[in-house]
Amino acid sequence: MGGVNVRELTGRNNPLAEGHRMCPGCGAPTALRQAFMGIDDPVVVVGATGCLEVSTTVYPYSSWRVPFMHVAFENAGAAVSGVAAAHKAMGRRGLFRDGIKFVAFGGDGGTYDIGLQSLSGALERGHDFTYICYNNQGYMNTGAQRSGATPRSASSTTSPAGRLIPGKLQRAKNLTEIAAAHDIPYVAQTTLHDPSDLIKKVRRAVETPGPAFVNILVPCALFWKIDPADQVKICRLAADSRFWPIYEVANGERRISYTPKKPVPVEDFLRAQGRYSHLFTDEANRRDLIDQAQADVDAEWEKLTGNAKPQS
Amino acid sequence: MGSAEAVLFEDKRLRREMTSGNMAFAEAMRQINPDVVAAYPITPSTEIPMKFAEFVANGLVDTEYITVESEHSAITACVGASVSGARVMTASSANGVALMHEIFPIAAAFRAPIVFGLVNRSLGAPVNINCDHSDSMPERDSGWIQIYCEDAQEVYDTALLSIRLAEHKDVLTPIFVCQDGFITSHCYEPVEFLSDEAVKEFVGLREAVYPLLDVDNPVSYGSFVTSEYYFEIKRNQIEGMNNAIRVDGEISGDLARLTGREYPPLDCYRTDDADYVAVIMSSATGVVKDVADELRARGIKAGCIRVRMFRPFPSKEISAALSGKKGVAVLDRSASPGGVSPLAAEVKSALYMSCRDGFVPVFEFIYGLGGRDLFPDDVKAVFEKLRAGNCGCGASYIGLRDKMGGGD
Repeated sequence: MGGVNVRELTGRNNPLAEGHRMCPGCGAPTALRQAFMGIDDPVVVVGATGCLEVSTTVYPYSSWRVPFMHVAFENAGAAVSGVAAAHKAMGRRGLFRDGIKFVAFGGDGGTYDIGLQSLSGALERGHDFTYICYNNQGYMNTGAQRSGATPRSASSTTSPAGRLIPGKLQRAKNLTEIAAAHDIPYVAQTTLHDPSDLIKKVRRAVETPGPAFVNILVPCALFWKIDPADQVKICRLAADSRFWPIYEVANGERRISYTPKKPVPVEDFLRAQGRYSHLFTDEANRRDLIDQAQADVDAEWEKLTGNAKPQS
Repeated sequence: MGSAEAVLFEDKRLRREMTSGNMAFAEAMRQINPDVVAAYPITPSTEIPMKFAEFVANGLVDTEYITVESEHSAITACVGASVSGARVMTASSANGVALMHEIFPIAAAFRAPIVFGLVNRSLGAPVNINCDHSDSMPERDSGWIQIYCEDAQEVYDTALLSIRLAEHKDVLTPIFVCQDGFITSHCYEPVEFLSDEAVKEFVGLREAVYPLLDVDNPVSYGSFVTSEYYFEIKRNQIEGMNNAIRVDGEISGDLARLTGREYPPLDCYRTDDADYVAVIMSSATGVVKDVADELRARGIKAGCIRVRMFRPFPSKEISAALSGKKGVAVLDRSASPGGVSPLAAEVKSALYMSCRDGFVPVFEFIYGLGGRDLFPDDVKAVFEKLRAGNCGCGASYIGLRDKMGGGD
């Protein structure tokens, strides 16, 4: 895999036109822009219901300079299967261009939760497509509810921090590993800490024949309660604290893409976000949950590195 | 065999085989050779995706066959493929149809001309695998054309003409080709098939407008549409549906020239001079026609109307056919608990505007739920009630184990 010249790639026409209605500071359009820098071929995009879909397709306008289809919430995996199959069948009749890449986007709601069955089916069947989850760890389109991707102790509108319950009680499920368990050719996890990492991973995903899955942690400034200008800073904290390990699974082999030399305490990542502010108002009382967050991160890292080789 | 027909057989433009409704639909699929099929098995339509898998495995079709993990994904993949520009077919029944429900209006609004073999089965609970129309009737407002077939021959013919009807530029609407589970889907009867060449020529190739795969002319599907624009889009969709009766007539005419079989939206049997008419759909029609013959032999002017096209509903046609009748019985194979059963509601509504020309009493009957047979004696009793004017308000049940008929 060759190097990536991000400066050069920023001159490229972004398939997502300016003027879309995503919020300031939202990580999804940033992730998308970087993802498209990794795709050289013509592309057809399928989107699950979510912020990205509603904010980029407000009729009679569309932000998409490439073909785009949204069917419903829970079925982007099935929808992209149908499109890829149609391309194969009609290609045999000499219709449409060769070498089109098929990319599905879903938030964590459409991917971790309601769309998991459809995604699993598509991965198992082995269609040639890339599924990109823009994961802001909750249901943002409906107003910051908890999802299966919401981490422990985060306060959401359906797991609010109250006098009795301190935010979400459960850990996030590990969807990247669930995808990898399908034994598909390529699975990756990244965030917005380093554009070249995201671009390289998406490039590898779309260029690998067969299904590929990329899980990208992106901040939602409204849910995470961060300054919109801190989008990249918070993603670096996620990577540097090992809260969100940066790695890939290529043909079954795990490889850590980024190992922080001196990991920062996860407390720094939590403290930077308003969704965890209830842990810090009376620190003496909720030290247990901060320690629990660190223990969760350490356990996940150990599980991962036990399986993974550091990047050579 | 008439001489014109004999010529067709000699030309090998026709062949006659013993087959079932499911096999007839599957054979039509083989001859149509769709670009994409995505299906998930459910009784009693399972034979269709099974048989089609054989065609794929043996290289008899060029189709991309997607063996999805659920009916919801089946119809979703069909929508994705259809919007891409492909010719797409699938099949399902009962709870499978219900699981797909969310996607049906989306397919219709996308103007995705999918042709769907719907093998009617009761919708649980209780679990029952036999025929009634409780799976397709909840979809009557989903924006799909619904054609109800009487026998396997009609299933075959309707599958062929539905490809052209769904894809017609004035229609662009997906179609349910309905047949009665087990009764039609599994019973063997003689069916005439066209030659592969004749089918190929009849169905032609799909010319999609705005295909998603045209990367040089990108389009967006499934947009977010506010109240400023939503209504016009739905109006266009509704008008496409309304055009289907006219276009179906044209395409049926083309098919009739090949087969000699005509399929008007209503199959009117001895109704012109009838005093009493029973209206029904699908496979039980033959029972009603037999009873009408028997009653006619006894001097009672009985007739039968089979509603073939339920969506769009041929209101004008049925109103014309029923005006001036002394009594009409509508036999529904599904119920709308707390309301008027689907077919009866349509018939009554169609007659409303012609009631100035004379009131036609219409009585509702519910029969055959969960696959219970309809017997000639049941139908005779219906006509007796009509003649006595003794039907009361609300629906009466036909053929219950206990004697609670209801209605009266």
